[in-house]
Amino acid sequence: MNTQAPAAAQSAPQADAQQPPAPQETAGAPLLGPGETPKIASRDVHVHYGEKHAIKGVNLDIKENEVTAFIGPSGCGKSTFLRCLNRMNDTIDIARVTGRITLDGQDVYDKRVDVVQLRARVGMVFQKPNPFPKSIFENVAYGPRIHGIARGKDEIEDIVMSSLDRAGLLNEVKDYLDQPGTGLSGGQQQRLCIARAIAVSPEVILMDEPCSALDPIATAKIEELIDELRENYTIVIVTHSMQQAARVSQRTAFFHLGNLVECGDTEQIFTNPQHRLTQGYITGRFG
Amino acid sequence: MASPNPNAYDPAAAAAAEGTAVSTRTRTTADIVNAGLKGRYRAEKRFRMYGVIAIAAALMMVTTLFVSIVSKGYTAFAITSISLPVTVERDLVANAEGEITDRSIAFANYAAPLRAALEAQFPEVESRSERRALYEILSDGASFQLQRMIEENPDLIGREFTMTSPVSSDFDVLNKGQIDLTVPENMRRVSDAQAGWFEALQERGLIETTFNTNLFTNGDSRQPELAGIWGAVVGSFYTLMVTLLLSFPIGVAAAVYLEEFAPKNKWTDLIEVNINNLAAVPSIVFGLLGLAVFLQVFGLPRSAPVVGGLVLTLMTLPTIIIASRAALKSVPPSIREAALGVGASKLQMITHHVLPLAMPGMLTGTIIGMAQALGETAPLLMIGMVAFVVDIPGGPMDPATVLPVQIYLWADSPERAFVAKTSAAIMVLLAFLVFMNAAAVLLRKKFERRW
Ligand SMILES: Nc1ncnc2c1ncn2[C@@H]1O[C@H](COP(=O)(O)OP(=O)(O)OP(=O)(O)O)[C@@H](O)[C@H]1O
Ligand SMILES: [Mg+2]
Repeated sequence: MNTQAPAAAQSAPQADAQQPPAPQETAGAPLLGPGETPKIASRDVHVHYGEKHAIKGVNLDIKENEVTAFIGPSGCGKSTFLRCLNRMNDTIDIARVTGRITLDGQDVYDKRVDVVQLRARVGMVFQKPNPFPKSIFENVAYGPRIHGIARGKDEIEDIVMSSLDRAGLLNEVKDYLDQPGTGLSGGQQQRLCIARAIAVSPEVILMDEPCSALDPIATAKIEELIDELRENYTIVIVTHSMQQAARVSQRTAFFHLGNLVECGDTEQIFTNPQHRLTQGYITGRFG
Repeated sequence: MASPNPNAYDPAAAAAAEGTAVSTRTRTTADIVNAGLKGRYRAEKRFRMYGVIAIAAALMMVTTLFVSIVSKGYTAFAITSISLPVTVERDLVANAEGEITDRSIAFANYAAPLRAALEAQFPEVESRSERRALYEILSDGASFQLQRMIEENPDLIGREFTMTSPVSSDFDVLNKGQIDLTVPENMRRVSDAQAGWFEALQERGLIETTFNTNLFTNGDSRQPELAGIWGAVVGSFYTLMVTLLLSFPIGVAAAVYLEEFAPKNKWTDLIEVNINNLAAVPSIVFGLLGLAVFLQVFGLPRSAPVVGGLVLTLMTLPTIIIASRAALKSVPPSIREAALGVGASKLQMITHHVLPLAMPGMLTGTIIGMAQALGETAPLLMIGMVAFVVDIPGGPMDPATVLPVQIYLWADSPERAFVAKTSAAIMVLLAFLVFMNAAAVLLRKKFERRW
């Protein structure tokens, strides 16, 4: 049911061009200049949930080794668009994705692309921490194990330790690796999920409101972590917190009602938004 | 909006405090609520009373059931036996040449020494008819028991030894005080003379009441004192094994396919509706199906646990499929997303994460299905598992019966002693059912995980 969905995805961007709500022009600079190659590029991406048109023609480039933040009011389609990037929407029966999304120039909705391989390259951290109901060690070891990234016990252990270390969790849990991951605190669980995601060495990490269930201290830790991870990974983060977007991201994309309203450098978006919707949203937030 | 403490809110006081400023709307709302309050509480009280009455009625019925079964059945767990000094003479077991061989031991008349032993207790009994009446005290099984003893231990030949064997069921019942001797003699199965002899034996300390091991080790028998449930227990075991081995894997596989892989279209909807309908089909229909298909088309043996298992598989599959699908549905989507998010394939997601989490629910459903199958009678009657089977079945292809059918057979028997046996077998069946349900609860508790 789901894996067939990409068959419906079309590479021809014109297919949805005559949809009633014509895609809105995006202010700012959603696309990179001619000299730069994007890590992920989306062209005229539409998502329908049955009758509902949730994403209306988004054109956006995501730069390598940068943090890109998606902001926008609730229900505007941030999660939907984010989930297109690793084809997580395939799991929703009624979701239909059209348009073109490329990862390093390769169309991710191409029939030849395997979702398993894609998701190994594009990892994901979810809004609610969702560790497996297994031990902390198993949580992190699971990805490398199923992909055959590591052979032998030692190698797996190395990966688990370094992933936990990079996720800033190792010191807290190194004596309890055989305890269930679900027994950790919310913030620890979320960092465990991040460790699990980086254990398979993805190129891109998608984070959907990773801090929304966390207290300010845990949030600060994760933000710090995101900043460190940026060196090696391309990160896309959805957030409702303007401050967070401003703190961790280099580029910001503002969504509204399924449209990408504005995209540009974070500093420019927050200091000098070009679109009145962006301005309204940002100033509204800050009062 | 009037008083700072809403619990102490009194519209009149509030009105007085605020003068005429209180809006009429507030007052009327409070008044209306107050007026209706009594009625609401009354309704709640009445509802709670109905609930208590319903529970009390249910408890009373359950208690009645248990009291009646236990009070009728407990005597079946004891058996009356008689100990007599017996001598098996060498002549009796020797063949024509005077040698003792396995064959000659097998064909000897063991009733004679037993009868002689009994006669020795009552030298005054002489006439043939009186003697025959005296012999009735002994169970038919006693001579077989003696034969087994001699076969196992030929040294006993020619020596006097004490043999303890059950008395026949009429005297067992008499010993348990279930025969009213004030009833006219021709209206009861034990004559005054027999009762007198029995009393004499009791006075001599030859009669004792012991735990009835026959009940748990023997197969069925026409003699109530020899009849046991072991044959039916073994038959039930084979039947349930076949049912479990077939219905669990098939049910789980069907549930996983339908829940995780099947496209959602009108065909799968149709299948789903039909599975739910199958769960409601009267079980005897499955018996007819088994008769028509397994016996007549495939030519499988009648009365065999295999066929019973196949029929019960058909019956329990819907239960297991429905329970397993519910268990699969209840696995939180976040776990599925987590697995897919790190790049697990669909099958990996299911086998590594979804199935382990759904397993307790699936096992619970399976055990409940098995408990249903254990108590099922009707479909098994159709495929001949109602036959009178004395031998303990040695495998799933042997003729057998099952516990509920055994209960049905005994309940149908005319002998007084089978009444208690019926209740005793019901107690055993209930014990198995309680055990299985407890296992289901324990399994669920043990494997239950929080996420
Ligand atoms: N599984 C689904 N089925 C149907 N409609 C959906 C589904 N998921 C999302 N939608 C719809 O798509 C639109 C975008 O939802 P999405 O979850 O992407 O919003 P969001 O920007 O992430 O919101 P939030 O900030 O509240 O998480 C919403 O209007 C929502 O109703
Ligand atoms: Mg969202």
